[in-house]
Amino acid sequence: MSLARFIERLLQLVPVLLGVSVIVFAMITLTPGDPVEIMIGDQVVTPEQEAAMRHDLGLDKPVHERFFVFLGNAVQGDFGDSFYHRRPVIDVIAERLPATIELSLAALLIALVTAIPLGVLAAIKKNSILDRLATVGSLLGVSLPGFWFGILLLMLFAVHMQILPVSGRIGYSSEIEPITHFLLIDTLLRGRPDAFLDALSHIILPAITLGLPMTAILMRVTRTSMLEVMRQDYVTFAEAKGLARHRILFRHALKNALIPTVSVAAIETGSLLGGNMIVETVFGWPGLGRLVVESIFVRNYPLVQAAVLFYAVTYVLLNFVADILYTVLNPRVKL
Amino acid sequence: MAAVDTDTPREAAAAQESIFRRNLQSFAGNRLALGSAIVVFLFILMAIFAPLVAPHDPAETDLFRRLQPPAWMPGGEWSYLLGCDALGRDILSRIIYGARISIFIGTAVVMVATTIGIIAGLAAGYMRGWVDTVISRVVDILLGFPYLIFAIGLMAMMGPGLINIILALVYKEWVIPCRVVRGETLATRELEYVEAARALGASGRHIMLREILPNILSPVIVVSTIRMAHVIILEASLSFLGLGVQPPTASWGAMVADGRAFILQAWWVSTFPGIAILLLVLAINVASQGLRDAFDPRFHE
Repeated sequence: MSLARFIERLLQLVPVLLGVSVIVFAMITLTPGDPVEIMIGDQVVTPEQEAAMRHDLGLDKPVHERFFVFLGNAVQGDFGDSFYHRRPVIDVIAERLPATIELSLAALLIALVTAIPLGVLAAIKKNSILDRLATVGSLLGVSLPGFWFGILLLMLFAVHMQILPVSGRIGYSSEIEPITHFLLIDTLLRGRPDAFLDALSHIILPAITLGLPMTAILMRVTRTSMLEVMRQDYVTFAEAKGLARHRILFRHALKNALIPTVSVAAIETGSLLGGNMIVETVFGWPGLGRLVVESIFVRNYPLVQAAVLFYAVTYVLLNFVADILYTVLNPRVKL
Repeated sequence: MAAVDTDTPREAAAAQESIFRRNLQSFAGNRLALGSAIVVFLFILMAIFAPLVAPHDPAETDLFRRLQPPAWMPGGEWSYLLGCDALGRDILSRIIYGARISIFIGTAVVMVATTIGIIAGLAAGYMRGWVDTVISRVVDILLGFPYLIFAIGLMAMMGPGLINIILALVYKEWVIPCRVVRGETLATRELEYVEAARALGASGRHIMLREILPNILSPVIVVSTIRMAHVIILEASLSFLGLGVQPPTASWGAMVADGRAFILQAWWVSTFPGIAILLLVLAINVASQGLRDAFDPRFHE
């Protein structure tokens, strides 16, 4: 892909990102109900305090002016203060982010290492029992409500068999001084294999729960594209040349069959973001998703707004990356 | 896709009907899909006739039955088949009433979203120009939000409630039928019969609603049925987070959430409502795949 094309695609992001911020802005501004009144709730406040809150939120200015203030501040990472934490919203979010990223990456990893081999096997042994099981499994994977599946896993592994912890990110005895804030890495850097295993035991169930729908989707995609590739002329030619079957499959077919898998994985990484609100709630995982859900109930609107914007921007960027990846991997497609 | 090379409207109608009948027969021949459609239908009946089917009042609390186990376990009773929750309410009755919420919200969201999507998609695909630009931009922007986060953000600001859930989901859901309709319309508007109608002086509205729409309806219906399953899971997820319909109204997602606190003593509180969600969503998914295979010629292999 030429640089000019790339820049053009990059510029196309601008109206989308701008539109996304208009909607996030409108969510708090244009929906019925006075945010200040809702935030005050049953607390007793003086009219001056109420006016001050209104002023802090900029609600005393006209709408268009408020939007530009919001946008200007957002670009600088200023989303106001979280009244609940009495600190800037952006700091609170930054603090919770590593836990969410760590969980999402773990889910992505689980999805990739299970979905690709299963998808390839299902394609090679088309219509076998394994293929049928994989089809049923992927149908179940997209039909299972994540929050319920998580609770089932908890009941089985944490309550019944008692081999994995019920909630949290690491046990108290394993807490360590953070370096990167990714516990699986930090525990190793600090030379604490026991703490690493502890962190690992905490992340397994949430990562499986979060990764399940993605595993189902990636398995389907891999199976379909592997079948597609195996019908191609060059594979038939390789077979005619008498190359060994496993060599054809892994050297020639798999490389091309994985192109759609990689781009779908990039897109689906975006949907992990939505899933982590649910999964973090089920497993008491101290990440951004849970923070947002908690913030809703204490009516911490600036934080909810900032988080929704953050999620949406990340999602748009991931889709952009997926697009670029697809073109780079597949030179026949022109953007 | 429809037979257009017949001479009289009656023959055309007969050809249409026979295609429809053939598709229907092909759907009925798919036993798994047919079975799933029957399961979905039973769920709908259960929801409609909930007061007749439910053995107990779903909101009736009885602290003597707090966390009473299912009938087949020690301490269970056959009149409370699936046991009771933390307030001593009959879980089976709450599941039966909860079907009303899931099915009502699923149907309402998909119907409203499909109607909006059809209108917007037809307008964008047929009229092109600035209408298309505006609609497509809005679609792009809405696609920029992960679905659940969009709905959660809206619910947080609007507050809980039945109408608000429907609105929060419709705001984004219409984008999906809209894209399908727009694509199909773009492909259809150049066909001869549309051009013929235009040459005869038919108005844009007539062409869109009478010529194009009937011919692109089947992919739209197929997509709507698949979306129904997604919407039901989304509603359950919102309810699970406490952003759905408010207690004491029974909803499946909230029932699973209630049981989260009792997984140590009472596995049944979360398990059974979850099975209900899984069964309904799975049945809709399988049935809609069958519909797609039967009605969408592009999937005929």
